[in-house]
This record gives sequence, structure tokens and C-alpha cells, in this order.
Amino acid sequence: MMSATTPKIPSQFTLPQDQSKASFVSTPAAPAKITVSDLDFYYGRSQALFQITLSIPERIVMALIGPSGCGKSTFLRTLNRMNDVIPATRVEGQVTIDGNDIYDPGTDVVDLRRRVGMVFQKSNPFPKSIFDNVAYGLRINRVTKSKTELADRVEQALKDAALWSEAKDRLHQSALGLSGGQQQRLCIARALAIRPEVILMDEPASALDPIATSKIEELIVDLKQQYTIVIVTHNMQQAARVSDTTAFFLLGKLIEVNPTEKIFTAPDQKVTEDYITGRFG
Amino acid sequence: MDYHRHLDDELNELRDRVLLLGGEAERALERAMHALAARDDSIAREVLSHDDEIDRLEVEIDRQCIDLIALRQPAARDLRFVISAVKMAPLLERIADHACNIARATIDLNTEPEIKLSASLQRMADHASSMLRAALDAFTARDAMAAREIIKRDKEINDLYNQLFHDLIAMMVSEPSTATRDARLLFVAKHMERIGDYVTDICELTVYMAEAAIIKHIH
Ligand SMILES: Nc1ncnc2c1ncn2[C@@H]1O[C@H](COP(=O)(O)OP(=O)(O)OP(=O)(O)O)[C@@H](O)[C@H]1O
Ligand SMILES: [Mg+2]
Repeated sequence: MMSATTPKIPSQFTLPQDQSKASFVSTPAAPAKITVSDLDFYYGRSQALFQITLSIPERIVMALIGPSGCGKSTFLRTLNRMNDVIPATRVEGQVTIDGNDIYDPGTDVVDLRRRVGMVFQKSNPFPKSIFDNVAYGLRINRVTKSKTELADRVEQALKDAALWSEAKDRLHQSALGLSGGQQQRLCIARALAIRPEVILMDEPASALDPIATSKIEELIVDLKQQYTIVIVTHNMQQAARVSDTTAFFLLGKLIEVNPTEKIFTAPDQKVTEDYITGRFG
Repeated sequence: MDYHRHLDDELNELRDRVLLLGGEAERALERAMHALAARDDSIAREVLSHDDEIDRLEVEIDRQCIDLIALRQPAARDLRFVISAVKMAPLLERIADHACNIARATIDLNTEPEIKLSASLQRMADHASSMLRAALDAFTARDAMAAREIIKRDKEINDLYNQLFHDLIAMMVSEPSTATRDARLLFVAKHMERIGDYVTDICELTVYMAEAAIIKHIH
């Protein structure tokens, strides 16, 4: 795999030498929940991530931004080993959660995915009832002992996902009867039901109208009290609204990580500025 | 692609408007000082009648900045530019107001016996004009270094003002019959001293725009 293809960075986007590594944010007050060091990722012979190093403090929202194909989703999936299911992929480097290397052979991947939940771009409820959708993770993980406990957990998750008032009278109707925005919140409820510590969201609001979007955004900000959230978004304003920290990716490399207000008022790197001001490419 | 070209067009248009307003403020100051030195009422009145145009430009800039923020959601350097423009317009408008006040003082002074304008008053005026011009150049070039240099020059205006203040007070004491006239001149000097302060504010905005550094109250 030595000959993995390296994408060429157009000359106007040439980076200062020290940028491929070690730009990361971690305030002493907030302990790192996730640390990523020198992470490389390959789809077959093609390298998708290059030497990613960053740390994600606990209970913050980190936004991942960057042009299509820059590796945001790939990176997100390295954080709960969702890439493992894609054949011929390979990871190098280290990802730790609470100090434990998640790529250690001894890692229990099912447990990892319980702790690190994921919400995808296109909400994908199962063709089952609302209740069963939320209960799904609890059942397969056998985390609940009784029927009432299961019902309580489902209710709490729907409340946390701001869906309870809309769903409580139709819990046993098909989830497919919900609107797109409600389906998206249902998927968030499903992720929350198993009480993860980290929630990964890949463009969770990209298909939603402004009202549904703002509900999801409010929810994300509320969830930060309890969870560490990493969200991929193409909506710059959304990144600005919901996140504390923003990471900018380009061609598989991490260009800059900084507090969100810094990224949007005075980023360190010119390429970041070109990207967020829309003067890119 | 198109989208960004249009954004750039709008930002350039905004910059041109700010420069236009800056040019108007500069001209108002020079004309007012000329009217004062030449004891020319008609030029003074021209300055006053032109002030509406300046107010109109300020309002236009204000509206354009609000539209840009609402519709374009500028970020980073674009945002800093728009914020600088929206803060700079009222500073330029106030500089022009001070020029109008000098023009009004001229009309009043022209009803009094002629005096030779003190050299330091003329120096203050020249200094204020040249600082203003340089500040607008630095803004156009996004030149934070030049802006910082201009800020240092404000001290000379303040020194000249303090000197004039003492001279005029001394004149009022020694020759009370000319006190009204001296007081008017003192106001003229004060207007120029304030203009120096506004030029400093403009330069601070240029530093902010270029470097994202807020240097207000720290130099
Ligand atoms: N399953 C896969 N097999 C092979 N290559 C892949 C696979 N998934 C992604 N890639 C490649 O990896 C690179 C990064 O893709 P990724 O989906 O992570 O980008 P992204 O930043 O999420 O883009 P988008 O914003 O369009 O979702 C791209 O070049 C993509 O073609
Ligand atoms: Mg993606």
C-alpha cells in the first residue's frame, strides 16, 4: 500500500508545512473525549484521510466542514468503526475514546457503537412502528430488563429528541407516516435511546425545511449538555449556529480546527477563508 | 462561480461608496478651512448645503451593509469588511459635521474684525486633512501597518490643540474685547481635534478589517 494515490492540492491552496498535523483544540478545562492521532485511511489503494490529528473535548459540538469528497463522512465513520463494514478498507494511526484505543484488537465493536451513536443524512426509519424504531437498539443490545423500563426509555428518548408531543398518540403507528423532519428526529431518538456518550451526525438536516432544521439545531444545542456531538454539515450557517469548534477538511487533510467564532470571523488559514467565504475553486 | 462574482461586485460597490463618502468628508473639511482662512461666506455656505448629500450617502451605506448581512451572510474577511464599513460611515459623516461646524463658525467670525489666523490653526487643519486622506488610503489598501502609523500622528494634533488652547486663553485674558472671536476659534480648533480622533477610529477599523485585531483603547 505504499503507492496510495495522494490527491494533488491545487497550488493556490498550498499549505504551510506544519498544517498537515497537529492543529488541534483542547482547552484544559474540557478533557478530551476523543483523540485522533496521525490517522490515515484507505479505500483499497486510494487514501482518503491523511495524518489527521485532533482532539474533541467532552460535551461540545464539533462541526466538520469541507467540500464534497474531502473525507468528512469517512472521518466520522472512523470514530465508531463504521468503516469496518466496507471491504478492503484500512486504518492507520490512533483513535482513542476516554483514553482507550478503539482500534485495539480487544475492543468490543458492538459496545463501541453503543457508546458512539450515529445519525445519517437520509433519515432511515425501519418500516415498523415509531415505538419499535426507538426500542430497536435497546432490544438488540438487551439493555432493558422489563417492559415498563423499555417503555420509559422510549418515552425519554422521544422527549430528548423533541418528538414526544408529536408522537405520543401514534406510538404504534408506522414510522413511515412521519414527516421528513419528524423521521429525522426519530432517528435521533433511536440513537439517544441507547444512551450513547458521543453522537455522530452526518448532514442530519440537509433534507429538511427551515422549521424542521431549526428544531434539529435546537436539539443539537440541548443535547450538548449530555453528549459529545460531531456533526458534518454543508450549511455554513448551521455550523456557525450549532457548533463550538469547527474543523475544516480539504482533500483528506485536516486544514484547520478552531473555535467556531474564530473560523467564521478570522480563520488562520487562507484556504479556510476562501472556503467559508465561497471563493473556492 | 457566478454567486461569488456578484458578491465581489457588491463588496466593491460598498467600498466605493465608503470612499466616496470619505472623499466628501475630506472635501468638506478642506473647503471649510479654506472658507475660514479666506473669510469667504459663500464657500462656507456651500459646505453647509452639501451636508445633505453626505447624510444620504451614510444612509445608503448603512442600508447596503444590512442587505449584505441579511442576504449574503458574509464571513471572515468579507464580514470584517462589511462591519468596518458600517462603523466607518458614521465616523465620516461626523467628520463632515465637524467641517460644517467650522463653516458655521466661519460665517460668524466673518461678522467680526479680521484677524490673522494663527499658524498653528492652519497646521492643525493641514494635519487633520492629510491624516484623513492617508486613513482612507490605508483602508482601501487594507494596510494595517499604515493605519497604525496614522494613529500615532494623532498626538501631533492633540499637541497643537493644547498649544492653541493656551494661546487663545491667554489672548482672551489680555484682550477681553476679542473673547467672543477667540472662543469661536477655540471651537474650530476643538472640531479639528475631534476629527483627529475620528480618523484614529477609522484606522482602528482598518486594522480590524486587515488583521481581525481589535486595538481600540489599547494604543
Ligand atoms: N465506500 C467507498 N469506497 C471507495 N471510496 C470511497 C467510499 N466512500 C467514500 N470514498 C471516497 O473517499 C473520499 C471521501 O469521501 P467521503 O464520503 O468521506 O467525503 P465527504 O466529505 O463526506 O463528501 P460529501 O460532502 O459529498 O458527503 C472520496 O474521494 C470518496 O470518493
Ligand atoms: Mg459525506
